[in-house]
Amino acid sequence: MDALLQFLFSGLTVGAVYALVALGFTIIYNASDVVNFAQGEFVMLGGMITVFAFEAGLPLPLAAVVAILITSAIGVALNKLAIEPARGAPVVSLIIITIGASIVIRGATQLVFDKQLHRFPSFSGDDPIHVLGATILPQSLWVIGGALAVFVGLWIFFTLTLTGKAVLATANNRVAAQLVGINTGWVMTLSFGLSAAIGAFAGVLVTPITLVGYDVGVALALKGFAAAMLGGMGNPKGALVGGLLLGCFEALTAGYLSSQYKEAVAFIVILGVLFVMPQGLFGSKSTERV
Amino acid sequence: MSKTTTALATFAALGVLAGAAQAEIRLGVSVSATGPAAFLGDPEAKTIEMLVEQLNEEGGINGEEIALTLYDDGGDPNKARTFATRLVEDDEVVAIIGGSTTGTTMSILSVAEDEGIPFISLAGAISIIDPVREYVFKTPHTDRMACEKIFTDMQAQGITKIGMISGTDGFGASMQAQCKEVAGEHGIEILADETYGPQDADMTPQLTRIRNTGGVQAVLNPGFGQGPAIVTRNVAQLGFEIPLYQSHGVASDAFIELAGAEAAEGLRLPGTALLIADKLAEDDAQYEVVTTYTEAYKARYDQEVSTFGGYAHDAFALIVDAITRAGDSEDPQAIRDALEATDGLVGTTGTYSFSPEDHLGLDLSAFRMLEIKDGDWLPVE
Amino acid sequence: MTGRNKWISLGVLALLIALLPLFFPSGYYYRVGALIFVNALSVVGLVILIGYAGQISLGHAGFAGIGAYACALAPEHLGLHPALALVLGAVVSGVMAALIGKPILRLKGYYLAVATLGFGILVSMVLTNERGLTGGPDGMNVADLGLRSLLRDMGWRLSGGEFWYMVCGVVLLVGAWLALNLFDSPSGRAMRALHGSEVAAATVGVDVPRQKLRAFVISAVYASVAGSLLALQNGYITPDVAGFMHSVEMVTMAVLGGVGSVLGATFGAAILTLLPQVLTVFAEYEQLVLGLVMVLVMIFLPQGLLPSIARRLKGRDE
Repeated sequence: MDALLQFLFSGLTVGAVYALVALGFTIIYNASDVVNFAQGEFVMLGGMITVFAFEAGLPLPLAAVVAILITSAIGVALNKLAIEPARGAPVVSLIIITIGASIVIRGATQLVFDKQLHRFPSFSGDDPIHVLGATILPQSLWVIGGALAVFVGLWIFFTLTLTGKAVLATANNRVAAQLVGINTGWVMTLSFGLSAAIGAFAGVLVTPITLVGYDVGVALALKGFAAAMLGGMGNPKGALVGGLLLGCFEALTAGYLSSQYKEAVAFIVILGVLFVMPQGLFGSKSTERV
Repeated sequence: MSKTTTALATFAALGVLAGAAQAEIRLGVSVSATGPAAFLGDPEAKTIEMLVEQLNEEGGINGEEIALTLYDDGGDPNKARTFATRLVEDDEVVAIIGGSTTGTTMSILSVAEDEGIPFISLAGAISIIDPVREYVFKTPHTDRMACEKIFTDMQAQGITKIGMISGTDGFGASMQAQCKEVAGEHGIEILADETYGPQDADMTPQLTRIRNTGGVQAVLNPGFGQGPAIVTRNVAQLGFEIPLYQSHGVASDAFIELAGAEAAEGLRLPGTALLIADKLAEDDAQYEVVTTYTEAYKARYDQEVSTFGGYAHDAFALIVDAITRAGDSEDPQAIRDALEATDGLVGTTGTYSFSPEDHLGLDLSAFRMLEIKDGDWLPVE
Repeated sequence: MTGRNKWISLGVLALLIALLPLFFPSGYYYRVGALIFVNALSVVGLVILIGYAGQISLGHAGFAGIGAYACALAPEHLGLHPALALVLGAVVSGVMAALIGKPILRLKGYYLAVATLGFGILVSMVLTNERGLTGGPDGMNVADLGLRSLLRDMGWRLSGGEFWYMVCGVVLLVGAWLALNLFDSPSGRAMRALHGSEVAAATVGVDVPRQKLRAFVISAVYASVAGSLLALQNGYITPDVAGFMHSVEMVTMAVLGGVGSVLGATFGAAILTLLPQVLTVFAEYEQLVLGLVMVLVMIFLPQGLLPSIARRLKGRDE
């Protein structure tokens, strides 16, 4: 029993990271139909910039804010410089553009900073909290709480605010959105900035647990992408559930079956879900326009 | 690609245009300065660039400067083979250092063997030098030696039953296999055998399995990069009361910082003299070479040295020594022969003596068993 | 594309392959040439999948991995000749593609991308984890094809570089010829119809799932043969060949050159194979420049390099 609980703690911690990345995917996808494979780099940037700002003498909260702001600006720049000029390009081209952008960001990061691994202190110490024979680190609670907070924030944003509804309207039909007076260009800018900020926020939360280096983004982007697709692309609820499920699958597989094939099981589950529900768990049905 | 482009590439890679009138010794390097093995290749590239500059400032070897061509193979064996071909055919180097990983080493190795160019590998696997290949040498200890060193220490502690948790990267997987092979010879029984991916964020499920396996007296974690730091933290989180052994893959001061001094307290691993440079006795054979390298690297890059940079340091020292003795910087065969005749060269990793039967030339004494105490390395012998 | 165009494409390709060595200053260029041909071969396969049929795959390196390891494993464990191992790999890849393609190809766009991605990751995971069989992440040796020594016995001495340049060049020509034939065949026309619109194609009687699957299987076989050639040529293989980045590289080559045409595919493969070799000039800026090139080409030449250049030459650029 305590073993199961331990596996779930681990799964929820890791899953919350995936969920945060997946939520970032969701926002950009909603606004522009683009799956941004550079999303993992935002997480990396959040961690790296915080590390170096912190080492330069800034207090940790301030360093984190600086990191989130800079990353957010980079997100906006990505949209202006690479995504907007390629509007209307096919899916493959967009995938290549965002993967190319992620290579650029990695290459620049290793030049500006370095190729070492880094870490900064946990927010509330490293003393594990004991629950029924299992343990969880305070930082894990920060990560899980962070993912939930971002989810709730996004839910309110998309359903209760006018701006959020404008984003959804843009996603549904760009031309129609423009016709009713929505500034779709601004919606795109907002989405990229917000998505990058969420990524960087994730980076700030997880660095004390997972460490950060210039190349941690790729794996996160893949897992986050998988989580988003599992939940159903474009749906914040799907991103959250998809991320947490993926994390728990991995942890339970590692705990009960085989640690070597834990990712394999996760992907087999995703394939299985997609075969039965081609739009993911919470995805909406879309029809092809002729 | 035009000839000018290649020429340009070579020149830029050299970085040394001064003294072009003099005769040059063309040295080729292909390491994984970026990619998943950048953890190994980055300090290796930096070390060799620094040492070449130093040597050329001091006047080179027998009055000839070293012209360095350094390529980054990104850890991809296919690229490594292309760069090895380029080094031999296009840059016409007389010796190659490189192959940060076993995979890239094996790719470079076949080119070196075919073309008769001496090659010093920086990777760990025993299969690189066993069986002995004419032109292939290596500087790091083998994984098998690391396992033997650890098991010897375990035996002395009365430990006979252990759990292993290894990274699935080349380094971790290779050492995992070697350790399983030699465990029996040291009376060690491996009761639990777990793995984790190189980018994993949490290893508590695997460690919980090990903890719930009855009779485990110690945990061994072969791996490099962030994995071992996370394992060390997870072990502390789960409140293990049995000792944790790490491999030489984490042997760098940065590791203690990443894992946290508290979590790493009491952890043991086989390391080189490089880690305890400040604690070596002045009459220690390695004192001079280790302190010189450590200080120069720190001054130049403002980073801590790692065992991996040390491997590159030793490979370069071996080449320089061989060319000096060969007296002919143009003939790869003469350099190979001189290399094989290396006798008692003191490096950061240990003291090298090659022979036709042994192209590693280190013994177990080159490893020192270290323990982390109050956030610092302490030799336990 | 007319029949005349087909022979022009093949002729240009054949001339390039035959004449380029005249300008090679050293043996290293044969190696790069052979790599370009191997990459181009798998990219021609993707042209059929992406360019003809309009489907996407982020997991084709998985098939390259199957082909490569077939050549490493079959000679050792089954006693097969390496050349037959290549065929075996192609068959296994084709069957595998047919099996997983059926359910996977019902998915669209990004969902198809993630499903193929998952397949590629599964293959690379098996290759990495089954250490006893595959040597794990460190990789394993691949037996020699034996053809070079046979030629030597017949009095034709070739360096390894020259030999593989020729072999890969010939295989690429054959692959290109088959792909160009497919383009004009009824099946090729059906594929291109469903690329435009699946619904429209279905209404005029195209068996959409069948044509998609056919394109998927054919492209898998191309990737597999390319993987085999790479393994045989290198004499050593690691799971990197099946990695995610290799899949991305293949797709990028296809789109970069111009995904609609076989010649464009070869061009894309050449660019992306040469780029890292040229970029060594920039040392640590290499990654940065590589990423920039990818982004800029996609933004400014969305049709890919070759079609855009061709259009400019014809003066039809708006």
